[in-house]
Amino acid sequence: MKNHVWRPLFVVIGLVVCILTFRMFYIPDDFGAQDRGYTFGFHRLSNEQEWKDYTAKYKGAEYCNECHFEKVDSLSQSQHEMIQCENCHGAAFDHPENPEKLVIDSSRDLCIRCHSELYMPSSGRNDIPGIDPNQHNVGTECSECHNPHNPSLEDM
Amino acid sequence: MVEQVAQVAQMIVHGEAWTVKDLFVLPNEYVYWSIQIVMYPYMTGLVAGAFVLSSLYHVFGVEKLKSIARFALVFSFALLPVAMMPLMLHLMQPLRGINVLMTPHFTSAISAFGIVFMTYAVIVAAEIWFVYRKFIVESIHRLSAKTARSSYESLLLMIYKLISLGAMDDSKEAYAADHKAVKLLAGIGIPVACFLHGYAGFIFGSVKANALWMTPLMPVIFICSAVVSGIALCIVSYYVFMEMRKWAAKRGKNYLLPDGLAHGSAAINYDELKSVQDHEVRMTSKYLLIFMTLALTLEILDMIFRGYTAVKSWDILRDVLFEHDFFKIFVLQYGIGNFLPFLMLLLPGVTVRRAVIASCMVLFGVFMMRWNVVIGGQAFSLTFNGFMEYHLPIIPHDVETFKEGLGGALLVFGTPFVIFYFLNMIFPAFYVDDEGH
Amino acid sequence: MKRRDFMKNAAVFVTGVSVSISALELLDPQEVLAANPELRWGFLVDTHKCIGCGFCVKACKIENDIPLEANVTRTWVERYVIKKDGDVLMDSPKGALNGFTNKDIDQNRSGMKKVDDKDIAQAFFVPKLCNHCETPACVQVCPVGATYQAKDGAVLVDRSWCIGCGYCIMGCPYGVRFFHPIEHVADKCTFCYHRISNGGNTACAQACPTGARMIGNLRDPNDPLTKIVMGERVGVLRDEYGTKPQVFYIGLNKEVH
Repeated sequence: MKNHVWRPLFVVIGLVVCILTFRMFYIPDDFGAQDRGYTFGFHRLSNEQEWKDYTAKYKGAEYCNECHFEKVDSLSQSQHEMIQCENCHGAAFDHPENPEKLVIDSSRDLCIRCHSELYMPSSGRNDIPGIDPNQHNVGTECSECHNPHNPSLEDM
Repeated sequence: MVEQVAQVAQMIVHGEAWTVKDLFVLPNEYVYWSIQIVMYPYMTGLVAGAFVLSSLYHVFGVEKLKSIARFALVFSFALLPVAMMPLMLHLMQPLRGINVLMTPHFTSAISAFGIVFMTYAVIVAAEIWFVYRKFIVESIHRLSAKTARSSYESLLLMIYKLISLGAMDDSKEAYAADHKAVKLLAGIGIPVACFLHGYAGFIFGSVKANALWMTPLMPVIFICSAVVSGIALCIVSYYVFMEMRKWAAKRGKNYLLPDGLAHGSAAINYDELKSVQDHEVRMTSKYLLIFMTLALTLEILDMIFRGYTAVKSWDILRDVLFEHDFFKIFVLQYGIGNFLPFLMLLLPGVTVRRAVIASCMVLFGVFMMRWNVVIGGQAFSLTFNGFMEYHLPIIPHDVETFKEGLGGALLVFGTPFVIFYFLNMIFPAFYVDDEGH
Repeated sequence: MKRRDFMKNAAVFVTGVSVSISALELLDPQEVLAANPELRWGFLVDTHKCIGCGFCVKACKIENDIPLEANVTRTWVERYVIKKDGDVLMDSPKGALNGFTNKDIDQNRSGMKKVDDKDIAQAFFVPKLCNHCETPACVQVCPVGATYQAKDGAVLVDRSWCIGCGYCIMGCPYGVRFFHPIEHVADKCTFCYHRISNGGNTACAQACPTGARMIGNLRDPNDPLTKIVMGERVGVLRDEYGTKPQVFYIGLNKEVH
């Protein structure tokens, strides 16, 4: 019975073995130091694919152009040609299946994102025609007077 | 619609409930590490400190600390699971906490937690086992000999049989071996305890994005203040528990020591308890003073160095240190938490009461130090152009504000005492054994 | 007895250490990169072009399922107003989710600050997003290997493995990380990994009316982004942290960091 001092050690070894065994089952197979080495690349490899498979919501103007080519064409002739359809019409998701109809944001809040006048020398903002939203026809929607697809003041 | 409501109910911007922003703060910046991360180094500090105190006797043979050493060891074990608690309460995914053990990423200071913590737990458990082995063997004999056992005693007997691991050798040589093992374990335990807490300091000190935290002194400061708070807590709780025992002794009872032990009720007497208490508290407070000096020196050095080198971040740090957090740092932490108790312990003729009051203030001071580091480090924006103020949630209105609020903090602080109460039933911390260790 | 103790201890120690060492296969990142020369994502922001409309922020939030009303965001736009007296005012209300429509500067608790147009020396916008650093501080500190850098440089978070400790949030010098309000794990800009990996553009760059944002392959010398990064004077944010950020800026000012 002289070696009773080792008994706690055996318990510890047993514990470590249990943890390591559990670890074998718990950790995904593809977990490890990947391309960027241990410091920056220690991860579950399949997660990269999971991120690649994330669903896109915005489809871009080319996608809109497949059906609404007239609208896309008219917009591209105007001063607003640089604005993406989905910025105002909302993300396409799986339109036309889901949602069947997109909700157009025609609020003043949308237009004044660019057209609220700010004094911003040394910024492109200064070159955009702007109004003071607290003075300029308060209470009316911008699209009542301005055509967003052809905002030219001459054509008003 | 139902789905939407459920989603809204679930939606929590972590940190928004208790963060008030001022001037220019980045949109994602909040006080992400709140009260539980204050509690975490505080509790690990208490664990490490209590253990170091017990080791002063076990390793360095400071005989005068014999009585408090055993208490400190058991109390350190009771504090141990609680060091983990604030982390679990803080994690957004507490069920995945096990991942730290499963896929530790050693370039992160936190990953050390699992391994160092387990190592440390094993060392303390083994040390307790060796310290109490004689007691366990005796208890098994004593309880087995009893003909009419209460269900409590039967349960106790079962526990003792289990934790004895079948080692019933009660020869002199066997006990001598135990003694050696204790010394060895306590010896290994000191560096491990320091590492356990030093890396908690490293967790903060190595965050290069945080101007207040980033200093190589952080681990050392943390260790010193850990020992300080650990010793202080041992003094305070030792005093409180001894007061309770004295109070009971007057009424012929023996609190916090299982009745009818071999050395039990017969040995109990008020005056003896009082003299033990006086002696231990006064002795321990001397060690408290030594470690306090060290901790304080380092902290002040850190501050002077920052002011003198005055790198880019100093402007905002100065605002935080000398304006926003002035009261918390210089009045609460240094004033009430350091200088006052320092004087109280330094002045001649230390009485038990004065030592205990000073210890309470030290405990508070170390807590404020953790607070000022953890919360203070998040009191300014990464842009150095704005401030964030932390408002501790007092009345919880959901799980999160409970976990990371006053309730959670009190839960963490109270748990070790509950654990100690039960642990003390198995390993009586106030059990005096003249031949033992 | 003593020697035997030591041997046993040593054996246990060696077994324990070798288990953990097996996880520590240190690979030199430079070496690894050299072996995969074809793709490294980078980003370019032209602060002159940014008009502060915030369409990028809105698109990002919808594309990546970050609730619009939650006050956290993967990308945001900051406004800098530098006054003639040298004062600098900055704000980013709701991360510029709804753009900048107000002349007053949001100073959070200190309220809205009015600035007279004639006091302004210069004013501009700076969009921010994850820098997908070459040596990301956030990845280094993750205790469980839940956040990582892919071969092509994208820094991502494994949502099924993150424990939500917040260390990466603390470790990032740019404040781009936050806790996802619904998933309750650390979240950050992925460079729209699902879009760029399948030949698309990032949602923010696509939504930007002025072309202030651009994603590209830094390893391809013919990529428009690479041409600018190599051929023009560009800066990065807070390189003093040694993170080697891979989002490049045209028109940075000393006030921006």
